[in-house]
Amino acid sequence: MDKPAEFYQRDRDWHPPAFAPTYKTSVSRSPRQALLSLEQSSSEITGPVFGHNDFGALDNDLIKNYAKSGDPIGERIIVHGRVLDETGRPVPNTLVEIWQANASGRYRHKKDTYLAPIDPNFGGCGRTLTDAYGFYYFRTVKPGAYPWRNYVNSWRPAHIHVSVFGSSFSQRLITQMYFEGDPLIAKCPIVNTIPDPEAIDRLIAPLDMNAAIPLDCLAYKFDIVLRGRRSTLFENRLAGN
Amino acid sequence: MAQALDYLKETPSQTAGPYVHIGLAPGAAGFDIYDRELGWDIAGLEASGERIEVEGLVFDGTGAPVKDVLLEVWQADANGIHAHPEDPRAAEVSPGFRGWGRVITNFDTGLWAFKTVKPGLVPGRSGRTQAPHLNLWIVARGINIGLNTRLYFPEDEALHASDPVLTLIEQQQRRSTLIATRTAPGRYRFDIRLQGEGETVFLDV
Ligand SMILES: [Fe+3]
Repeated sequence: MDKPAEFYQRDRDWHPPAFAPTYKTSVSRSPRQALLSLEQSSSEITGPVFGHNDFGALDNDLIKNYAKSGDPIGERIIVHGRVLDETGRPVPNTLVEIWQANASGRYRHKKDTYLAPIDPNFGGCGRTLTDAYGFYYFRTVKPGAYPWRNYVNSWRPAHIHVSVFGSSFSQRLITQMYFEGDPLIAKCPIVNTIPDPEAIDRLIAPLDMNAAIPLDCLAYKFDIVLRGRRSTLFENRLAGN
Repeated sequence: MAQALDYLKETPSQTAGPYVHIGLAPGAAGFDIYDRELGWDIAGLEASGERIEVEGLVFDGTGAPVKDVLLEVWQADANGIHAHPEDPRAAEVSPGFRGWGRVITNFDTGLWAFKTVKPGLVPGRSGRTQAPHLNLWIVARGINIGLNTRLYFPEDEALHASDPVLTLIEQQQRRSTLIATRTAPGRYRFDIRLQGEGETVFLDV
């Protein structure tokens, strides 16, 4: 553990800054002091490991995992993709968790008071492990747009919240997936906390007709990239000699 | 023109939003969906070491408690071993110990609390030792990218003087933002200040 292989430094200009005043809640919740940069130790390069025993068989199927009297209302979709690192290597067996509003834009949450109805057959969360090649998939319904209190007429584009672990706690990431062609994306203060338009494009899932199931459901493809990692090759040689 | 480096870019972060509980702690959102939610038991029942309880508040820049935070904890066991294949001593980790957990705040008060075992000394780089600490990751509405910090224990003061992270903090008085207060044997208080006076030191890990 003398020289653990470090993960590539995060490009903080690519991510949204903590302080992004058009997203009003960030104003009082953003640190003003600079972050302290660490050389990574065992505390940073390790992270929790999950196994199939942690999950139930329907956990990645949001159409069935809370169905009581039938399927939820809405456009049936598959969301699938790969978890990769910045070197393009797949991240296998990693936990991906999602949550979303129902087709009318309402969350099953005791704090959500939007007037759109709760769907009795839709919970709105799912989780899965990537396979050996980094692939994951969920089945769900397309979430609706919903209003929120930022400006008086602010609306979130349709989106799915995504949480990913990777193999180390320093790769931990939460993001949101948007849908190709949604005119609300460009108007969203939360989307626009990201300064670089190219970075925003990375959050927009394209329609993927190859993965759609004829006469059943459409599909969107969403690849997720986590921090890559240095090789220890040369360091090990130095240490060993 | 040189060759392209061809690295992929990390997926940009977005706020966890106010309804993070639906995805990561659905019971708290008000419904029961999974056979077993993840992260409620950090240390397991059989892990060796001192059982401890930690509680605290997260304050925003106006001094108000943040009531919709989700925290995750990552830590070594009582012998300083992480339950991860890359820890060279992983085979000797305490039985049943995972070392990871997540906790949410009380929606009315903002108070959060979790139980675990106190971690041991963790090996650092270049032969240096790190004082016992918990790694914390904080997300919430209004937090655009998860905030990393560490919690250290007040009784380890002698070790703090040589801890490779605490000693990196240039302003002496800011080091104390990473050190919990002991309120009773085995009980600690750790308040986190997102902004302003007494702002917690956050880490770019
Ligand atoms: Fe949302």
